[in-house]
Amino acid sequence: MYKIGIIGERDSVLGFMAIGFSVHEAPDVDTAGELIDALAKSGEYAIIFIVENYAEALSERINKYKDSPIPAIITVPGAGGATGYGMEAIRSAVERAVGADILGD
Amino acid sequence: MAELRVNPTRMELKKIQARYATARKGHKLLKDKRDELMKRFLDVVREDKLLRQRVEASLSGVYKSFGIASAVSSPNMLTEALMLPKKEGKLDVTYKNVMSVTVPVYSLEILGEGGSDSYNYGMAFTSGELDSSLRELNGILEDLVRMAELEKTAQMLAEEIEKTRRRVNALEHIMMPQYVSTMKTIKMKLDENERGNTTRLMKVKDMMVKAQMAGRNDGAESDEEYSEVTQ
Repeated sequence: MYKIGIIGERDSVLGFMAIGFSVHEAPDVDTAGELIDALAKSGEYAIIFIVENYAEALSERINKYKDSPIPAIITVPGAGGATGYGMEAIRSAVERAVGADILGD
Repeated sequence: MAELRVNPTRMELKKIQARYATARKGHKLLKDKRDELMKRFLDVVREDKLLRQRVEASLSGVYKSFGIASAVSSPNMLTEALMLPKKEGKLDVTYKNVMSVTVPVYSLEILGEGGSDSYNYGMAFTSGELDSSLRELNGILEDLVRMAELEKTAQMLAEEIEKTRRRVNALEHIMMPQYVSTMKTIKMKLDENERGNTTRLMKVKDMMVKAQMAGRNDGAESDEEYSEVTQ
């Protein structure tokens, strides 16, 4: 049995507590980066959600975990609204596989 | 095209022919694998794209009402209200094999009581916006998990497709032309040796004929013998 984690600033993640996620508040990008590594290393988390504005700055760290089945690090929009980074990640996966962006708008 | 450095012998030719046949077979198989992976990948990505659009739209609604809720109540009170959740989301992870790529399949299990009534706080000190925010969040829980599954699958398939594509290209554009041109070179070398051999034999024969002619002129031999030699 694995847990579902979420990393982000307080305003974004607090609500997820109520639906049973294990919430990790990160006031800044560095803390979020350390949290990613810590949660991934613990092996208890199958999915780690991270808010978009942190994910954008930590893309290198996140890419490290891209090729192993656990954990899945998935971006979700934060309280600031969707920046489109999550969609961008899908696009980059398509580009990696196909060699061109064929999703369109 | 750079060629392999091998001795131009029939033995090597046979070996390279066998390797070429294997490369061609492998190339065909890998190409099929790539096409099928691509098909599955695009299915996953299309579904994921729609799901993400839906999730992002609902999340912005959730944040909006949550924002109002946190504006009307003090941060401490909000934390207190949410601090002890009634339920805990647990994931059971099984693995599925998609074209020899192992991808996770999540099944969500909610531990704890209350289906729709998931509010773990009293109604007295919290605002109604908090309730609606949490209700909506609860509604997209399944979608969030499904989205995570699809995105992970997409990432892993993308990696496998990239690898397979590289292999196909290496076989098609480097290995196979290399074998073809090496086989051609060896064949040409062998033919050249063959021709060299024939010329040498003809030359030797010429020399022998000349020598015999010279011998007869000296020793006055019969015409029959002469015709035997020239034939």
